[in-house]
Amino acid sequence: MAARGGVERMRSARAMEMETTTIDVAARRPLLAATVRPFPGLRAKPLLTAVTLLLGLAAAAPVEAQQRPDRSKPPAVGPTPELKLPPVQRMTLPNGLELLVMEKRGLPLVQVNLHVRAGSVREPADRIGLASLAVDMLDEGAAGLDALTLADRFERLGARFGVGAGAHTSTVSLRVAVPRLKEALGLMADVVLRPDFPESEFERLKRERLTAMIRRHDEPASIASALFRRVLFGEAHPYGRIADEASLRATTLDDVRGFYARYFRPGNATVIVVGDIDAATARAAIERAFGAWQGGPVEQERVEEANQVRGRVIYVVDKPGAAQSVIQIGRIGISRRSEDYYAVLVMNTILGGSFTSRLNQNLREDKGYTYGASSYFDAGHIPGAFVASAAVQTDATGPSLREFMKELRAIREGVTDEEVDGAKNYLAMRFPADFQSVAGTAGELADVVEFGLPVDDLEQYMRRVLSVTRQDVERVARTYIDPENLAIVVVGDRARIEEQIRAENLGEIRFLEVKDVFGEPPTALED
Amino acid sequence: MKRKFSLTIVLAAALLALAPAADAQAPRIDVPVETIRLDNGLTVFLHRDATTPTIATNIWYHVGSAGERSGRTGFAHLFEHIMFEGSANVPEGKMDEWFQAVGGSPNGSTTRDRTNYMQSFSSSALDLALFIESDRMGYLLDAMSPASVDGQRDVVKNERRQSYDNRPYGLASQILTEALYPPSHPYSWPVIGYMDDLSAAGYEDVVDFFRRYYAPNNATVAIVGDIDVEEAKRLVEKWFGEIPRGEAIERVEAPAPVLEGTKRLVLEDRVQLPRLYMAWLTVPAFAEGDAELNVLARLLAGGRNSRLYRRLVYELQIAADVSAYQSGGKLAGDFTIAATARPGHTLEELERVILEELERLRREPPSAEELERIVNQYEMSFLEQLERVDLKADRLNMYYFHVGRPDYFNEDLERYRRMRPDAVSDVVRRYFDVDRRVVLSIVPRGRTELAIPGSAAIPADNLMLSPRGREAAAVGEPEGGR
Repeated sequence: MAARGGVERMRSARAMEMETTTIDVAARRPLLAATVRPFPGLRAKPLLTAVTLLLGLAAAAPVEAQQRPDRSKPPAVGPTPELKLPPVQRMTLPNGLELLVMEKRGLPLVQVNLHVRAGSVREPADRIGLASLAVDMLDEGAAGLDALTLADRFERLGARFGVGAGAHTSTVSLRVAVPRLKEALGLMADVVLRPDFPESEFERLKRERLTAMIRRHDEPASIASALFRRVLFGEAHPYGRIADEASLRATTLDDVRGFYARYFRPGNATVIVVGDIDAATARAAIERAFGAWQGGPVEQERVEEANQVRGRVIYVVDKPGAAQSVIQIGRIGISRRSEDYYAVLVMNTILGGSFTSRLNQNLREDKGYTYGASSYFDAGHIPGAFVASAAVQTDATGPSLREFMKELRAIREGVTDEEVDGAKNYLAMRFPADFQSVAGTAGELADVVEFGLPVDDLEQYMRRVLSVTRQDVERVARTYIDPENLAIVVVGDRARIEEQIRAENLGEIRFLEVKDVFGEPPTALED
Repeated sequence: MKRKFSLTIVLAAALLALAPAADAQAPRIDVPVETIRLDNGLTVFLHRDATTPTIATNIWYHVGSAGERSGRTGFAHLFEHIMFEGSANVPEGKMDEWFQAVGGSPNGSTTRDRTNYMQSFSSSALDLALFIESDRMGYLLDAMSPASVDGQRDVVKNERRQSYDNRPYGLASQILTEALYPPSHPYSWPVIGYMDDLSAAGYEDVVDFFRRYYAPNNATVAIVGDIDVEEAKRLVEKWFGEIPRGEAIERVEAPAPVLEGTKRLVLEDRVQLPRLYMAWLTVPAFAEGDAELNVLARLLAGGRNSRLYRRLVYELQIAADVSAYQSGGKLAGDFTIAATARPGHTLEELERVILEELERLRREPPSAEELERIVNQYEMSFLEQLERVDLKADRLNMYYFHVGRPDYFNEDLERYRRMRPDAVSDVVRRYFDVDRRVVLSIVPRGRTELAIPGSAAIPADNLMLSPRGREAAAVGEPEGGR
């Protein structure tokens, strides 16, 4: 929530949480400043020495006057520093649970993430939302402790604890000061191994979700994203379907128990430990907490790839009175394991993955139509979305579409060596900063686990990015960006944007209302 | 002009690490900082952390929206944008290009009191980073033109549309700001500003503002990361030493604002569910009571066991969410509680429970266990901040701005560790007068019956304009500007 008296800055939730006194800040670049990565999808998720000072009193000897600095050209940059990561210990416990440990000395913190290979793609078509309901139920009561007691125990340990389901993977995460690890791990194991799934909490969660289904009608960006994915992947595809009231009401506690029993097994899970702890100690702690967990591997059915977009249709969702139009344009992109992955990463950085990208320079800096324009590739287990997007002022909706199309065509015509070098350096040189925190490091390791990459992949990242050539970039631009075959979604005030959009002559236009995307908002919260 | 400068070494610092403290679970935080001050008044904080080959620079200019003149609201933030448009030796567009080539994404932010500029980049590029930062501190105007002002004006207007006008409940903060502070108070307008004032801002405003506020003696620089402290000092001297000191700056002052009575307001918005906001005037950041108010915010709405979450969302299930925060600035502070009603429930029901919980705290201090939970969460926040060079750098500048020294981590944390439960009740008794507050209902269009009874309607049209512009629009005069 925005602090009063200021301009909200888009930051990671974690940073906001830490910020207790300076919350009213204004970012100049929302889409790009929001996360460490401008395009979260592409990288797959991407004593006290009392320093009391008496200012100005301890005068030191004047330093001799120097030459005025030479400002005629930017000073040279030193050699690229190497990212040296501590080794990763990878092992399998007797019960089949995989464990990765990276010892990261410094602050007395440790991060423990448990990843289970199951997410929303495993939901039956009439139980959309089941994965996230099941995972959210884990800490609603476990080992006889009720939901509030569990939360209180974690909080009193100063621990950060969370659960969540993604498309392919569900995660239980813990961050805690090292001296409190043992106690916190015990609680975490209660949640993972001994959930109680109380009926009253289940009903409560369902009512919360019904309320969220009402509120999503207010959010232009949520409307645009949901519809864009449905158009791209189709209503039947796990990536394209939208949680609805009927599915939610139909979901039972037995469905939740079934999902849990089927997928939450040590043979289907990996634990990642990063922090101020050695591998042997970490292993002992994880064995103590999770050793009693039983269950072999789960056969993973393949998720079918969706059909590529053919032709160009513009879907316009009417949001009367909207001050801006939210635009999403794209098609199906690549998977994380694609050999084009690194080239696409560089290409997208030039197109819309950085502040200096062509889309942002054109729509924001040159035209002033928007606070930020960007693009990303969601590279997962199967090819995910490529999407270029912006929230633009209403009277510039047509012209913005024109500029998007111009840039999507232009990237296929070629890029300069300067652009390629700039993008490569940007990606490579910012990478080490991800490893400052235990959570960031564990997040990088999660990619390694999720996509079955070699453990040294992280250390190879910079080299792989830097070895992409201009020819690679131009080839993948022509392969993956296809301006004639695109899904286009615009959420805005139809009365003020229809003519503008027609004037661009981009293809067939279909007009929708918000209820065509989300259905009618639920009217009652009880069954 | 060529200037001699001297380097004042204020502090030589000590060891990094968390020294074992009396309570093994309550670590002391060691952030050794070396502070220097150049002859031109620029204060610089240096701290080495070589966890990764990354450096963060963070510069605070001590001016924010409270330094704006009448009719130019939003200018401090617009100026922030202009600071990215090039300077004498950094052509337009090159700053981003050069920073990106070393892994940096330069950014800035503006509050009521200050404007900051920050980036994290490869440890190979400190020389470059300080060249760029010093060039815009010293030579911005050489590259400025009316066209750069126009371009960023459009971007900022879109920022306003995206973050306020087109966001559900997005106008609440502006309305609360206007209602809490008298029009004469420099916190009475939103940092983002009003559209008509943004339209009126001109090139000459940029020149005035830069000359007045963007001087080394009105700024502090934090350099944190994989640095050689001596080398960093040398580079600071090299790039910033020649920039002349500016005129002494008169600090913005304002008498403590007082609310005379309770204001009840209602706004119809494009939302599905009604939301209640209640706000009180409190104390500035780091003033007596500020830490207690931060704790109160968590006690009321931080986590599942917080009192309002537990009652409104978890037990009674009459609210979809609840939040509370103390927002302390340099001159004043305010505290806001917000809660969204679930379908079928009224804002009056929410208000009743919120006031009941405040009343309970007034009479009875929180338990030691509740306080322990919150303090332990604070300790964790501190550790998390210390993991990242960018967050640490911003903290050094923040502490210096508010308390006059950059290394205030332990003292800050001690405010929480030493807190007595009754001190939390004290601030409730002192600041949460039911007869002096702002109560804002935001309701779906056409559903004003959902608002707190007796609320005055806020005309929804033209809220993007200044109060002056709204009056003019109401009587049919042109808005003026572009």
